[in-house]
Amino acid sequence: MMKKEKKPALITWIIVAVIYAAVFVAEQVLPPTSMLFTVLKKGATYALVAVSMNLLNGFTGIFSLGQAGFMMIGAYVYGIFTIPVESRPVVYQYYDGGLIQFTVPVVVALVLAGLAAAFFAFLIGLPVLRLKSDYLAIATLGFAEIMRVLIQWNNMGPLTNGSNMLRLYPSFNDFNIKDASGNVTVYLSTLVPFLIAGVCIGLIVLLLNSGYGRALKSIRDDEIAAEAMGINLAHHKRLAFCISSFFAGVGGAMLAMYQTTVQAKFFTTAMTYEILLIVVIGGVGSVTGSVLSSFLFVAASEWWLRFLDEKQMIGNFEVPLLRNGFRLVVFSIIIMVVVLFFRKGIMGTKELPDLFRRKRKEAAK
Amino acid sequence: MSLLKVTDLVVSYGGIEALKGISFEVEQGQIVTLIGANGAGKSTTLRTISGLVRAQEGRVYFEGRDITDYGTQKIVETGIAMVPEGRRVFPNLTVLENLRIGAYLRKDKEVIEQDIEYIYDLFPRLKERSWQLAGTLSGGEQQMLAVGRAMMTRPKMIMMDEPSLGLAPLVVKDIFRIIQTLKETGMTVLLIEQNANAALHACDYAYVLETGRITMAGTGEELLSSSAIQEAYLGKTSK
Repeated sequence: MMKKEKKPALITWIIVAVIYAAVFVAEQVLPPTSMLFTVLKKGATYALVAVSMNLLNGFTGIFSLGQAGFMMIGAYVYGIFTIPVESRPVVYQYYDGGLIQFTVPVVVALVLAGLAAAFFAFLIGLPVLRLKSDYLAIATLGFAEIMRVLIQWNNMGPLTNGSNMLRLYPSFNDFNIKDASGNVTVYLSTLVPFLIAGVCIGLIVLLLNSGYGRALKSIRDDEIAAEAMGINLAHHKRLAFCISSFFAGVGGAMLAMYQTTVQAKFFTTAMTYEILLIVVIGGVGSVTGSVLSSFLFVAASEWWLRFLDEKQMIGNFEVPLLRNGFRLVVFSIIIMVVVLFFRKGIMGTKELPDLFRRKRKEAAK
Repeated sequence: MSLLKVTDLVVSYGGIEALKGISFEVEQGQIVTLIGANGAGKSTTLRTISGLVRAQEGRVYFEGRDITDYGTQKIVETGIAMVPEGRRVFPNLTVLENLRIGAYLRKDKEVIEQDIEYIYDLFPRLKERSWQLAGTLSGGEQQMLAVGRAMMTRPKMIMMDEPSLGLAPLVVKDIFRIIQTLKETGMTVLLIEQNANAALHACDYAYVLETGRITMAGTGEELLSSSAIQEAYLGKTSK
């Protein structure tokens, strides 16, 4: 085997370490109300979900649109198992405090959220993964919609609180370390989502670089040839579907922590499309691209383009068109430009370490 | 005992019989070819042997074992590798990754590394391009890669479906050189070809397939000198 270049991997590790350190320091120094942290927290959440979607759509070639559904399952499982028992009568006020009267630690709840999503993915995958391309997309979309209605069903109330929101469970802010009088001594509310997303994305990257990952990519490239090589298509597709859904579930739980409330009606198809957009803009088949574009997308939609929604005056002149909702118009145009002129997305299929590698052709000459 | 034995194989797609009961044998270490026109059932035969299509009737024996009802994965493990029609390398994976996919079912890590080196020795061109995406290779190189990938499964027999399809005449020569190389390594090859001339020159034994039936069989030279073959497949008119 050829020797692997060590240097690009090392540089990548250093960059990742610097980013984490910068996040930690920024959080101690800057006021916690800064928009930067909103973007970072939501960005980390979306990054995980986008990478999980890329695992399926970009690396395995399964075009699924069920992401919001699996996120919702994750968010609900997280909420249901972590609301403190003493708060349950308040949250489940219409359902006598709800069915479940215990809580589990946050980490356990995160894993449970993923497992629940993966379990549903397994069930739905049995019939649905026999379908291809568009049909599969429609079926998974339908599944997400059905789950959303099911969770809001009144008879599910004791478990899911029906169409009412879940709240009062531990959110990102509860990770801040406080002293006895309640003042925050160490801020961790942004570092924690970074850590969760980092570990999960790291696991996905490990999977993609393993023999399994290669098998998934070969299925994407050519199903018949992959089968001729002895790769069990059904088994590998199901595996990819379950793993992707697991991490979508964890991402859903993170979104629940970020929002501090969970309500089924927010997990719409539009959310799946947002994530699909992130994947496409970042580059279908690039983990780095998905992560980058998640932060860009969240920053643009939550922060940088906010000014477009308010009236702006230049001297006595009122800038036309700027009013509530105009931001979304501009945003749509940006997306169109990206899709038209950067068809392969920001990264194409390249990853971070690839950027530090000499180009093969040059090396061969 | 022959390595591969097919008896009275019947296969139909949606009511149409593609194979109407064919029988043939492949001996260890030989190149055996099936020739025939489009729709004669050549590809169906290969797909049935490799488990991608199910047979209605008839049996397939490999090393004396009945493998008719095995799944694709098990057939690959048994030692039959397939080079599919149109090469079908994985275009977005590198040459090296393509080779590793070939070894997907194998657990013997050290031997895999040796085998990769062995294939690089056999096809030095692949070594030069080891980090290139397979989709960027030329047709001939892709065919080398498809053969190399099939060899990575450590097969006892390689089946090749129309390896010369869509390639320039010079490249076709290369392909048949590759097949000859395979034979020299002791490999058994079951070859399917429309290019009857080249296939008959390369093979030890040949079967002629016509609309789902075997109509003729013999050594390459025998068939090359047969007037029926010359008329039907070699474009020579008997005068």
